[in-house]
Amino acid sequence: MWGYVLRRLLATVPVMGVVVLVVFLILRLTPGDPAAVIAGDYASAADIARIRSQLGLDRPLLEQFLTWLAQVLRGDLGTSIFTNLPVTTLIAQRLEPTLLLALTTITFSVLVAVPLGTLAAWRAGGLLDRCVMLFSVAGFSVPVFVLGYLLIYLFAMGLQLLPVQGYRSPFTDGLGPFLRHIALPTLTLGTVFVALIARMTRATVMDVLHEDHVRTARAKGQHELRVMTRHVLRNAAVPIVTVIGLGVALLIGGVVVTESVYNIPGLGRLVLDAVLKRDYPIIQGLIILFSFVYILINLVIDLVYTLFDPRIRY
Amino acid sequence: MSAPILPVEERPRTAIEPALASLVLSHPSVLLGGSLLLAMVVAAVLGPTFVPDPFAITPTARLRPPDASFWFGTDYLGRDLFARVVWGARVSLAVGLAVAVLAVAIGLLIGLVAGYLRALDQPVMRAMDGLMAIPGILLAIALVSVSGASLVTVVVAIVVPEVPRVVRLVRSVVLSVREEPYVEAAIAVGTPLPLVLFRHILPNTVPPLLVQATYICGSAMLTEAILGFLGAGIPPEIPSWGNIMSEGRTYFQLTPWIIFFPGTCLALTVLAVNTVGDGLRDTLDPRIARQMR
Amino acid sequence: MTVAPASFRSVLEVRGLTVRLPERADRRFAIEDVSFEVAAGEIVCVVGESGSGKSVTAYTVMGLLPRGLVPVAGEVLLEGANLLARPAAELRRLRGRRMAMIFQEPMTALNPVLTVGAQIEEVLEIHTTLNAAERRARVIAAMREVALPEPEQLYHAYPHQLSGGQRQRVMIAMALILEPALLVADEPTTALDVTTQAQILALIRDLQRRHGTAVLFITHDFGVVAEIADRVVVMQHGRVVEQGPVREILFRPRHPYTRMLIAAVPGLTPPERPPVSKPPALVVRGLSKVFEERGWFGIRRRVEALRSASFAVRHGETVGVVGESGSGKSTLARCIVRLLEPTSGEVEVAGHRFGAGTRRIDRRLRRDVQIVFQDPYRSLNPRRTVGQSIIEGPMNFGVPKAEALARARSLLRIVRMDPDCLDRYPHQFSGGQRQRLCIARALALEPKVLIADEAVSALDVSVQAQVLELLDEVKRRFDLALLFITHDLRVAATICDRILVMRQGEVVEEGPTREVFATPRHPYTRALLDAAPGKGVIFGAASSACG
Repeated sequence: MWGYVLRRLLATVPVMGVVVLVVFLILRLTPGDPAAVIAGDYASAADIARIRSQLGLDRPLLEQFLTWLAQVLRGDLGTSIFTNLPVTTLIAQRLEPTLLLALTTITFSVLVAVPLGTLAAWRAGGLLDRCVMLFSVAGFSVPVFVLGYLLIYLFAMGLQLLPVQGYRSPFTDGLGPFLRHIALPTLTLGTVFVALIARMTRATVMDVLHEDHVRTARAKGQHELRVMTRHVLRNAAVPIVTVIGLGVALLIGGVVVTESVYNIPGLGRLVLDAVLKRDYPIIQGLIILFSFVYILINLVIDLVYTLFDPRIRY
Repeated sequence: MSAPILPVEERPRTAIEPALASLVLSHPSVLLGGSLLLAMVVAAVLGPTFVPDPFAITPTARLRPPDASFWFGTDYLGRDLFARVVWGARVSLAVGLAVAVLAVAIGLLIGLVAGYLRALDQPVMRAMDGLMAIPGILLAIALVSVSGASLVTVVVAIVVPEVPRVVRLVRSVVLSVREEPYVEAAIAVGTPLPLVLFRHILPNTVPPLLVQATYICGSAMLTEAILGFLGAGIPPEIPSWGNIMSEGRTYFQLTPWIIFFPGTCLALTVLAVNTVGDGLRDTLDPRIARQMR
Repeated sequence: MTVAPASFRSVLEVRGLTVRLPERADRRFAIEDVSFEVAAGEIVCVVGESGSGKSVTAYTVMGLLPRGLVPVAGEVLLEGANLLARPAAELRRLRGRRMAMIFQEPMTALNPVLTVGAQIEEVLEIHTTLNAAERRARVIAAMREVALPEPEQLYHAYPHQLSGGQRQRVMIAMALILEPALLVADEPTTALDVTTQAQILALIRDLQRRHGTAVLFITHDFGVVAEIADRVVVMQHGRVVEQGPVREILFRPRHPYTRMLIAAVPGLTPPERPPVSKPPALVVRGLSKVFEERGWFGIRRRVEALRSASFAVRHGETVGVVGESGSGKSTLARCIVRLLEPTSGEVEVAGHRFGAGTRRIDRRLRRDVQIVFQDPYRSLNPRRTVGQSIIEGPMNFGVPKAEALARARSLLRIVRMDPDCLDRYPHQFSGGQRQRLCIARALALEPKVLIADEAVSALDVSVQAQVLELLDEVKRRFDLALLFITHDLRVAATICDRILVMRQGEVVEEGPTREVFATPRHPYTRALLDAAPGKGVIFGAASSACG
């Protein structure tokens, strides 16, 4: 068992290595002098030289990579060019809104999408199924920010039910204001996630419904509802959870956009500000952080469901 | 495998023309989506020659609501929004098409090699895992901001995160097909391996890739718009839908239609593309449905 | 067996049953006007080839038809009540309690994520008010009755931890735990090895006798029919063509179709064959294959699939390789044609040696050794015409296209197919026809050795007989060495001059077919022969054609 966990952990090392390498190369392999790009159009030669040495661009490529790798391994994601603060500090300041938005979105999406997808599969071809499928295609097609503005237009500007923008912390401002401010972002970000999970749940449940053991359960005289909960969903759980894990990538992309639309001071906004100022250490640090989070979430999901699926041998 | 309960021996594999006919018959939504897509393509190709100059600034008519002379209203410089949206369709569709073709071509090449040369399989797939772990939009933003905004860099930046998914799809098809007895039979009659790959394995990747290409096309158009919206896309002087909406942000409370017109066009186009993709998937081979999305 | 009319009480009575197929199927009805009865304590076998509607009949009785199939006429009476007229809820109460079912694939028929004990117990949860302790005791007793070892431990096992035979025992325990009046068995032993099949058949027979259960037994195998049936219903194209007591059907079949079916069943007594004295075309020396699963910390698993096989096949000789699943017979075939790289040993074909470890495979081997696979539906590339598939080999070896096509045409005539087939696609042919096309493809290279890897196992018995005949004929015509791999002793007896018996990667017995069948030396060979279903009945009227 622990050997298995160790093997899985070790297997993520090369993947993380690739992430670090790619993030490193983004800056180095692009045409032109990154230092000049960072410094902007009005920079003097001295400015450019300063940035170059700050980024270590004046040293050999391999040395740069190894230095940087050593930094990352120590948990040091570098220093912001503009604020001169460690990237990790900046991340810590902005973590809360993003984390909470991600949590509300996942909770909302799973609660809505799994029952919806299951019902659609159960009565495949029926009216509900068609509606779910239509919604899911539509969910994939509407750009996140357009949906965001549409919701603002309807609920904030039109009905004036909810605030237009901004963020309130549940810890300092209280739960009520937090929920009022997080509702529209959650709905915005959750739509595409609901579309994804509902679609996958439907496909998986339909697959399991065709398996022989479901027929066996019916042959025993089992009630259709119990067939669904006891036999179908139990077998469908693993692929559904896997998709939720893979969907985290989608979520991360959506967070950047949603935070921008709703003016939420989270990690997504940090990325955007860094892009506009070309503050590369922040961009690199955040990409690494997000990628590692994604890898770790999927690792944990893998490990957890192997505990529940008796077929997997260690 | 359960006992075949239907006494139907085996349905012939679908040929293309009857498949298209049944596609339209069984999925009226595909007909709708297809027509919509066709209309968009026609508008994108021919439209720009008929609409007013999208760059012409009319300082007296800034932020005008839609009316008879400005069908979609005007933007903050007084430019005709309708003309800009029509031009934007061209940019959007071009990006979608270019990304789909490039991602599929590159992914196909890498996937075939990874699926067939066992020695390369593990390194290539670990690299793809790594690339997939990086959130696509972030990677694209980073690539564009480093290499400077241009149509080419935007396309490249959207292609890079799409490639691993194509590679995985192609590889899974190659791995399953090369266990098929007919591939083994071909090897047994002395067919050289490159020919086996090209003649017996490659054709099996076409239907799933066609479907995947439509999905990539749709998501590329979305990503392009998002990049533009975030200010990390195509140079702002090009009237892409993302850029138009990005400019409309500031005045949203005043003139929400600046975002909604191009936003609706974009959503409808992507919806049309995705519907066609779903229809293709259901028709070409129901089995591939499970490997995707 | 004779049943006095007075005591005759049918548990199941099917009257004029007709089931409609979905719109675009190749015929209107899956089954049409099907009538038969199953009495208490009786086993009725419904026998037929694929597409006969035998499975549809079984599923209609259970009320488990897939969507699209609709009973449109007739009655299904279980203990006098017409099931087709009952609401779904009532059917549900009957399923598991008064009628139960076991299936062909014992692996997939059990839920992989629940313990087998829980799955058996589920029946009691649904239909009884017993408390947990009582239920558990009943489950353990039921598991004991189907002779599952150590039921207390096995209760907590998951399906994948059990063997195929054990899983089928679990299914039987589950089906019979509430002593239903009717047991429907859909090809319950088809997926099992022959020795396991014999045990399961004996178990079903024994339990059915003890509990007086009526059994509706679906099968395609006349050996199984001879082994277990009291009465037989023969179906063809969705209709019952003949029914009667088992002895009547087996020994005095009236309908031509039944006669043809029974005549096509190969016999277990090999005909006299003169020994072949020509020079060997294929010599296998010490061929071994070891599969190793490598992990991060060295070798994790090591399976010796083939252990030092040595034998020879002469020109014009058919050598059978028989064994159960996992015996290494397919590994042997694949190592000879080099679809697998053997770990050690060598293969000699027509004087040329191909040792293990030769990285670049001599093209001569590709030309001289050809193979025909089991699954006719997957053996031809669906996107290429039959002609393209047949000429691929010759063209690889430099034969001009026109010449290759001419050869393909004459080969099609030899395998009794229309030469105009060349431009058609595989989906336009039936399984038997496809297997003929595969034989033509193999022959196109004018090989010296032909390997048939379970080449007739997926075919219906009537088609099987024809393809066997064809293989025998082309062997003679082209003086081929034919290595015939099969799990089916009857088929081996029909066609093979000599036989190798394999078990766990090893050849345990070798000899002329007649000798091996008459006086098996190895205990495993004896066990195999003993287990062959229907060995008491002499089949094989058609086998003389091959002999």
